[in-house]
Amino acid sequence: MLIIKNLHVSIGEKEILKGLDLQVKAGEIHAVMGPNGSGKSTLSAVLVGHPAFEITGGEIIFEGKNLLAMPPEERSCAGIFLSFQYPVEIPGVSVVNFMRTAVNEHRKYKGQTPLSAGDFLKLMREKQAFVELDKNLVNRSVNEGFSGGEKKRNEIFQMAMLEPKLAILDETDSGLDIDALRIVARGVNQLKRPENAMIVITHYQRLLDYIRPDIVHVLYDGRIIRTAGAELALELERKGYDWLIKGN
Amino acid sequence: MKQYIDFYTSYRKKIDEGCAPLLNSFRDEAFETFRRAGFPACKSEDYQHIDIAGLLKKDFGFYLNRAGININPSRVFHCDVPNLNSHKHFIVNGHFVDYEASKDFPPSVFSGSLNAFAERHPALFSKYYNRIAGAKDDGLSAFNTTFLQDGYVLYVPENVRIEKTVQLTNISAGNSFSLINRRILLILESGAQAKLLVCDHAYEENPTTANTQIVEIFAGEHVELDFCELEESSRNTIRLTNCFARQAASSQVRINTITLSAGTTRNNYTVDLAGEHAETYLYGMAIADKRQRIDNHTLINHLSPNARCRELFKYVLDDEAIGIFGGRIVAAKGAQKTEAYQSNRNLLGSRNCRMYAEPQLEIYADDVKCSHGMTTGQLDETALFYLCSRGIPKDEAVLMLKFAFTGDVIQGLRMEGLRERLKMLIEKRFRGELATCRGCGELGTKS
Repeated sequence: MLIIKNLHVSIGEKEILKGLDLQVKAGEIHAVMGPNGSGKSTLSAVLVGHPAFEITGGEIIFEGKNLLAMPPEERSCAGIFLSFQYPVEIPGVSVVNFMRTAVNEHRKYKGQTPLSAGDFLKLMREKQAFVELDKNLVNRSVNEGFSGGEKKRNEIFQMAMLEPKLAILDETDSGLDIDALRIVARGVNQLKRPENAMIVITHYQRLLDYIRPDIVHVLYDGRIIRTAGAELALELERKGYDWLIKGN
Repeated sequence: MKQYIDFYTSYRKKIDEGCAPLLNSFRDEAFETFRRAGFPACKSEDYQHIDIAGLLKKDFGFYLNRAGININPSRVFHCDVPNLNSHKHFIVNGHFVDYEASKDFPPSVFSGSLNAFAERHPALFSKYYNRIAGAKDDGLSAFNTTFLQDGYVLYVPENVRIEKTVQLTNISAGNSFSLINRRILLILESGAQAKLLVCDHAYEENPTTANTQIVEIFAGEHVELDFCELEESSRNTIRLTNCFARQAASSQVRINTITLSAGTTRNNYTVDLAGEHAETYLYGMAIADKRQRIDNHTLINHLSPNARCRELFKYVLDDEAIGIFGGRIVAAKGAQKTEAYQSNRNLLGSRNCRMYAEPQLEIYADDVKCSHGMTTGQLDETALFYLCSRGIPKDEAVLMLKFAFTGDVIQGLRMEGLRERLKMLIEKRFRGELATCRGCGELGTKS
């Protein structure tokens, strides 16, 4: 589904990703771990086309297409979704209006007609229940005055609405208490399909107790230095990163 | 300016002809003021960016004796404000037109032509007409009073409430360069309530039309008044207005000024909070692109203790447009416990548009709460990216954010139907689909 080959990414003068390779197949859950500053968030931002980053080399192929040639909105419609680490507040744009526009843009991309108001509300209610998002929140401005947990739940709610093929969760667990984490994880697990895939970026094993990864990668200094099964995450939790880094 | 002075001295009889003698009796004094003061020019600090003298240099023609109003506006004009159940009035080229005007006002209320008001209520007319405007040494007001042909009056006596919004639609139906002088006089005696919506319409094909408009608002004690101005005009329109409000104790006046499209617009709002516990809400919004120029100047005078004002002006500029905001709040000596808050927020959508903002507070009392804030900037890139990352194309995302930016001004409107209508109009405006109201377009093809 996703093939990243020898990806080099800079911001300003600084090179952050220095030849990253990664392959994700349908049905898989990948965890990307690594110490602070290793390039995890850069990877997620580059996948959704954040304009601040410059791609200086390599390629990203998503479902056979050159992802780097697509603007962010097209990547979204093609099935890529990022749950942001720090969701932005947008005063004056209500969640419901935002999602109606987004869902209908996705439908347009697929050659479908826009959802009727009634069908849209039905869909929204169903997905809201999924992540236990407060009914009133959807009528409020996007993320404005939301608590940390509500913001993350709102991300997963959007993910449920847009049903992406490839979801990237960028430290979705940070700032969440145990209950919120459980709700978010349950939402994520319910969205799991054999034809979809997920990249979970996290610092901690904690989230991986709820979302079981098939493959765990360690990202360090802009490169993946170790790839293994779920047991690697447990080992990292016990031993930290030092033993891996020293070998590099 | 000379052409207007010559016109007055040579054609005085013709100017007076279609008007009430009482109205005519104000001209000479106003003419003297105009001759002395002239039009405000760019050498005065408040008029740095809008040179009225320069704008009116051209020899504009006047509409005298009800010329050019032989149309039935309610037949050709459909202002489709959904859910706005209003008393509808029309002003064509400055003249009040009494076609199918609402008849269901309480009998003690007067809602109609300025000339008719002068004939029917001479005492009230003399008491209020030109009372505030005439006291200022202001060339534009004096010019208007000198040449004025007609106008609109809403008189609501003590404790009478008009529930329905009164809607006054200004139509310029001219075929040549013309100057239209408009006048609105609002008298609300103590305990009265009313809502007035004034719409300006002009279409792209119109030749250059200059409009002067003087509004005088007298709000008695415990009055509640909503006064909303909505301009949807064209690049050939010049709009120069002075609005003066005088508020007695515990009165509440909401002024909304919304410029959806314009050529060159200069609006002055001067509010005197003369009585204790009077409240003013002054909310403005301006959308300008191409080479449009919108200048709003406000002056709120806190003359008594315990009065409050809230002021919010938002501009959305694009292309080569220029926005100007001058906001002054004065807390006079003795105006203790004044609460005054002013905010001005501006969104720049292009490299070449410009915003000039001058917020000012002058405080002569020592126990007040006052603040002002101004920001001018571009759209939030992070918000824009967030919307795009969910599949929304950039153009659409820009539109959503611009629309959201105008939200709080629209929410401040108390005329419910108007809120919905405006949301629609603003969206159309940002999509570039708003040339002007459909009704006016029909008018254009007929005249």
